[in-house]
Amino acid sequence: MTRTKQLIRRVWQDFYLVIIMAFLYAPIVTMMVLSFNSSKSRTQWGGFTLDWYAQMFASRNIMSALHNTLLIAFLSALIATVIGTAAAIGISSMKQVPKTLLMGITNIPMLNADIVTGISLMLAFIAFGISMGFKTILISHITFNIPYVILSVMPKLKQTSRSTYEAAMDLGAGPVYAFFKVVFPDILPGVLSGFLLAFTMSLDDFIITHFTRGAGINTLSTLIYSEVRRGIRPSMYALSTVIFLAVLALLLVSNFAPRKKA
Amino acid sequence: MNNSKRLLAGPYLLWMTGFIIIPLILILYYGLTDRNGAFTLANITAISTPEHMKALWLSLVLSFVSTVICLVLAYPLAMILRHRGVGQKSFIVFIFILPMWMNFLLRTLAWQTLLEKNGVINGILTMLHLPSQSLINTPGAIIFGMVYNFLPFMVLPVYNVLCKIDDNTINAARDLGASPFQTLIRIWLPLSFPGIVSGITMVFVPALTTFVISNLLGGSKILLIGNVIEQEFMKGSNWHQGSGLSLVLMIFILISMALIAKYDKNGEGSAF
Repeated sequence: MTRTKQLIRRVWQDFYLVIIMAFLYAPIVTMMVLSFNSSKSRTQWGGFTLDWYAQMFASRNIMSALHNTLLIAFLSALIATVIGTAAAIGISSMKQVPKTLLMGITNIPMLNADIVTGISLMLAFIAFGISMGFKTILISHITFNIPYVILSVMPKLKQTSRSTYEAAMDLGAGPVYAFFKVVFPDILPGVLSGFLLAFTMSLDDFIITHFTRGAGINTLSTLIYSEVRRGIRPSMYALSTVIFLAVLALLLVSNFAPRKKA
Repeated sequence: MNNSKRLLAGPYLLWMTGFIIIPLILILYYGLTDRNGAFTLANITAISTPEHMKALWLSLVLSFVSTVICLVLAYPLAMILRHRGVGQKSFIVFIFILPMWMNFLLRTLAWQTLLEKNGVINGILTMLHLPSQSLINTPGAIIFGMVYNFLPFMVLPVYNVLCKIDDNTINAARDLGASPFQTLIRIWLPLSFPGIVSGITMVFVPALTTFVISNLLGGSKILLIGNVIEQEFMKGSNWHQGSGLSLVLMIFILISMALIAKYDKNGEGSAF
């Protein structure tokens, strides 16, 4: 291939990347711009303002939803990480048949439609007599988070060698001590990325929360849903901008921090 | 030792039985009984009423079109990314994943802002003295929303599989006289098939079952099967009917699961 041909091809490729990127970011940039617009109109610039941000931080609804969202994301990710990591260790020491069966169960919430998972959990909470609220959202989030943790930890467990663990035992370490000294450091990157994945999945969820929340409690997603149906207020744009920047910071830290990639 | 290790899966097994398996059995129970608890197939056959059939058909068409658009957009993108240098690659992939982590509702809200009657796109059109278009509350707007929300689910698995293809295989094909088109059809596509299948199901299943996108971008007039089910549970409170329709939906989900199991045995195409 001649150099010009290669150059033309390169230009086309860059052009394509830019087009897709514009498609992905145009809505986000629009919301960011509108969040500073003092006019409520979406097409007229009325001057720069931070009013919508002030309104957002002053709104008790938004702040309590934010609080619920973060608390549920953190707790559900933490509990799912503990249960999931233990499960991954247990499953990896099983024989082929129970292993396949358990991994099959793990795949159900990942492949099933969220609406079906949400409805089924709602029916179960009612059947078990658990009243809907913070508890039920938390349980649901733990449920759909556990598989992400297991799938992050399993590959790391496969890479650890049995012999180092056995060597530690031979040298007099107890099983628990040997595990935390020898195996755990090896699977830690998988555990951490499982936790982060679970955290973001919980932040992002709307559908399952919608069916399991009951009245009187909101996460950001359910709050936005009910607000949007009544008409968009500019404070929602301010909220989106804040969330986007927070996610950007979180991802930058987890992706480009100077550590070995999980 | 191994025995006690296996016990570590105990809490997990209990949790999943209580919150995955029993709930699914409950849907089956509700779907196959009437209000008095007697066995009936009426909730399942309710799908054949014209109103439900219309919703199901529209869902199938819209999610099919969105899946095709996602594939057509994602494949060249994944190809371009594969050939970029290592440093550039991780940066571009990062840029593409970033919107995906933003809240799903906010992303849909953004499109509502752009497409609305007094929205940004119509504002720009009026400024240019062009006639304004009715963009929102159309099936097209729903497709837009689906492609926007689910495109990364197609890009990631395809990209992951493409990255695993050995350059030597491609070079060998070219050395043996295959044209670029032949290489694409006979080498690239077959080798990336697991990723394509996994991408297709990851876009198709959420698109087929959505009620949020159709609600926010389609208005109240366009009903997808997801909207019908959601209303049975949240408004109409006919849970038996809603469960029956969910069972019908699950048939499509099971087909997707079977396809993944068949073509993506080693989980090569998984997105995470």
